[in-house]
Amino acid sequence: MMSEWPLWEIFIRGQHGGSHRHVGSLHAPDAEKAILNARDVYTRRNEGVSIWAVRAGDITASAPGDKGPLFEPSNSKVYRHPTFFDIPDDVGAM
Amino acid sequence: MDAPPHANRTHSNDALFAYTLRLGDNCLVLAQRLSAWVGHAPALEEDIAVANVALDMVGQAQLWLALAADLEGQGRNADDLAYGRDAGAFRNLLLVEQPNGDYAKTLMRQFLFDAWHHPMLVALAASSETRIAEIAAKAAKEAAYHLTRSRDLVVSLGDGTGESHDRMQAALATLWPYTGEMVLADPVDEALAVTGAAPDLATLAAIWSDAVGATLTEATLVRPADGYAQRGGKQGVHSEHLGYMLAEMQFVQRAYPGGTW
Repeated sequence: MMSEWPLWEIFIRGQHGGSHRHVGSLHAPDAEKAILNARDVYTRRNEGVSIWAVRAGDITASAPGDKGPLFEPSNSKVYRHPTFFDIPDDVGAM
Repeated sequence: MDAPPHANRTHSNDALFAYTLRLGDNCLVLAQRLSAWVGHAPALEEDIAVANVALDMVGQAQLWLALAADLEGQGRNADDLAYGRDAGAFRNLLLVEQPNGDYAKTLMRQFLFDAWHHPMLVALAASSETRIAEIAAKAAKEAAYHLTRSRDLVVSLGDGTGESHDRMQAALATLWPYTGEMVLADPVDEALAVTGAAPDLATLAAIWSDAVGATLTEATLVRPADGYAQRGGKQGVHSEHLGYMLAEMQFVQRAYPGGTW
């Protein structure tokens, strides 16, 4: 039975706000049950306040082989980091 | 009951003890049944989900049995009640002690119970007995989820493949005679209903019947005719299955009384 269920990627928004983060994947027959299964598999310790389920097949991923052209050009561009600005303490974490 | 209760009278602890024992035993027995699936459920996700439901039920059993023990006032605690009573002293519904069977039967049993348990707890959250109301309010949130899950699975499998449909229909036929007891009031139910400590079971019967009917229709399952209702669990007259289950559940405390770790 399990082999017939599609794979879902699960994203949870934690207790302290912020964005949904990928926590893992699971199998479920449909989207509603993916949410229920995610509740049972990934929020047992009160981790979350919101769940997203996305069919794994609907995610388009970058190819590991492309990581050179995709990411290495940004290695040498330190000026893109905001480390050259004085940030007032009131602003908090950025 | 010795005398008819009046609306302004608080209940004897005897009636409240009997009532809370029933609530606690339903949870404890069903939790033990569900726990037997851990490591054996048909999918990893189901395995975790069924364990979660079982743990919710253990938690609820602890609360009800602790209250029952307090009302009894004989110095027993929740563990004494769980592990120190024989089958004849258990007051759970016959439905929850029925063997797991295949997964269809386990799910159908869960749904038929949840469809009663959730509205029951919602009603008990408004109980005139504060301690009952507090436990029910907490448990109702868990039961709402249990009902969502079991209802969803009954619909999916009832309206699924030919085999899943047939298994769900067979499970329904086997379990149906045990559902009547849930909503048939006995003197304890009636005594508590008079003072608003517990809901009128006739009201619950209508809620349960509507919810179950709608779900079975959606699941393309045929609702069995109402025939003879098996009853006796609430009075301690159980099916032959309970004793075997308790023997396993209580073995350690029976062999090593008071043992802890």
